Amino acid sequence: MTSATATVESDRPTIGEFFLRAPAVGPALALVVAVLVFSFSTDTFLNLDNISLVVQQSLVIGTLALGQTLIILTAGIDLANAASMVLATLIMAKLLAGGVSGIFALLLGIVATVLVSGVVGSLVTKVKLPPFIVTLGALTMLTAAGRLFAGGEAVPVADGLLNWLGTRRYLFGGIEITYGMTLALIMYLVMWYALTRTAWGKHVYAVGNAPESARLSGIKVNRTVLSVYLVAGVIFGIAAWQALGRVPNADPNAYQLGNLDSITAVVLGGTSLFGGRGSVLGTMMGALIVAVLRSGLTQLGVDALYQDVATGALVIAAVAVDRLARRQR
Amino acid sequence: MRKILTAGLVAAVLVSAGGCTVERHWGGNTNSGGGGGKAKVGLVTKTDTNPYFVELRAAASAAAQANGADFSALAGQFDGDNDGQVRAIENLMQQGATTILITPSSSTGVLDAIDRARKAGVLVIALDTATEPAEAVDATFATDNFVAGQQQGAYVKAALGGTQPKLFMVDGTAGSTVDTQRHTGFLSGIGLADGAPEIKGSTPANGDQSTAQQGVENLLQRTTDINAVYTMNEPMGRGTYAALKARGLTGQIVMGSIDGGCEGVQNVRDGQYAATVMQFPKKMAEQGVLAAVEYAKSGKKPAGFNNTGSVVITDKPMPGVESQNTDWGLQNCWGEK
Repeated sequence: MTSATATVESDRPTIGEFFLRAPAVGPALALVVAVLVFSFSTDTFLNLDNISLVVQQSLVIGTLALGQTLIILTAGIDLANAASMVLATLIMAKLLAGGVSGIFALLLGIVATVLVSGVVGSLVTKVKLPPFIVTLGALTMLTAAGRLFAGGEAVPVADGLLNWLGTRRYLFGGIEITYGMTLALIMYLVMWYALTRTAWGKHVYAVGNAPESARLSGIKVNRTVLSVYLVAGVIFGIAAWQALGRVPNADPNAYQLGNLDSITAVVLGGTSLFGGRGSVLGTMMGALIVAVLRSGLTQLGVDALYQDVATGALVIAAVAVDRLARRQR
Repeated sequence: MRKILTAGLVAAVLVSAGGCTVERHWGGNTNSGGGGGKAKVGLVTKTDTNPYFVELRAAASAAAQANGADFSALAGQFDGDNDGQVRAIENLMQQGATTILITPSSSTGVLDAIDRARKAGVLVIALDTATEPAEAVDATFATDNFVAGQQQGAYVKAALGGTQPKLFMVDGTAGSTVDTQRHTGFLSGIGLADGAPEIKGSTPANGDQSTAQQGVENLLQRTTDINAVYTMNEPMGRGTYAALKARGLTGQIVMGSIDGGCEGVQNVRDGQYAATVMQFPKKMAEQGVLAAVEYAKSGKKPAGFNNTGSVVITDKPMPGVESQNTDWGLQNCWGEK
């Protein structure tokens, strides 16, 4: 892996370099193209209601993908993020049913995801286990834990605060906005700022790019990686809150593909699975691309299985583009 | 690069749009019940790969065609995919459906989206699985799963002929409504309580054949002294049979199942299990579509729980348990014959 953040001084950057410097541009273009294609090919896609719905439909995976991006930037991967989130929804629901107030249920749910990510991060940094293996094990354990904890039951959640992110408000008379959308946008902007404008963010990229060089330049590699897992843990807890806003029901069988869906969004967003390169804004585009494809293809009347084929092809295409861009350098 | 991405995306869309599909694209965004309109029926199933839901979908599609209604079918990705079902409801509303027929993945998972659809004037009917509370939808067309479980339990009890049951229970997905109803129904039919010493072991197998086989193989490591097996559905019945056969235990055991798929009826005929309880997805779909057509025409809504019935299928009838033989079963079964 060559260092990809080094800028190449030249008068006219090649297209490849352009994409390397602005990783979110490609996904943004793809998103625009997708929206245009569906706007022309159906007469139900391009209206404010539907666009709002598409964004709402992308929130849970989009939030999972935000945490996933951080972890992938450190050259890790988290296969257990959705299972951790589902466990948190169950914890919140059970506590609420047991008479705990919404705010405490919410906080304890987030504490749970932070604990899980903390344990995973510690195993990755202290015991030097591969993240793939640790989170594969965690996925199995957390899924079982969720089912045990819930006694296999799905638990409905009716609470002002826990469902708050799903509350619909109308702007300018017609545009449907949920608090969940606002929160997701704020979280993305905060993470974008932290990654691009703070020392911590630069450390995260450096650790993902070349851990050894990072260590030699005085960065505390282990501490940085652990901090990433802890931040991701908080984000997965908030994803659980998003999930209860979207579907006010904690179900141990929900989001079985959430982990892979979040990786899909990250990859479509142009973040490299080898670490050290990518952006959270790209991931936001990636999550929206998936939601737009699903919605648009559904309204075109395309069978869901063909939609999966298209999404899979797009993932491979995105990585191919990434490779070609690197080769041009 | 841009060209590649763009071309790729357009190609993906075009390729997939070429895929065959029973769905039609509707314009418009208005929901109007009544007023002599044309019915636009949307069906949301749990998944679109399970033969049971394939049958439901085919029957609904045929009924819609016969009655001049538009039809569109969507599904979740897996059993328990509430989020996918909510998305499906939203998409159908966008497309201006007048009626949504849904087999909810969880009886409580999609209530919020159903509520939104009903407020927008869409008639919502639950098929196959009731919601909790049942009033969350306008009406339900389904098997009474408690009764179906009871029928299996009563048959097994009669077949044991007064011998004390030594029972394995092969359950579906822990916590799913249908699973709970059939489980408690079976126990009521055989006359046992949950946790009774006669229950020698139980394993949740998510409705899946290979999981059931593994689960029962493991239970048999603990004890082979059993004489009865409850299975929640036929794929799990087949998995259980494979495990029992490997241990040479099939002769001493009365096994029952529920579903009434053609393969399951054939299994009964072949003696893999003694009896199965048939349900009628075709009836659910047809009645649902007819209600949708009526609603579009006159604005009249169906109401309450409508039991589409369940019938014991066996070639070894027992006194006191009403049943039909496998000839009748093969004529009335669902799925691939």
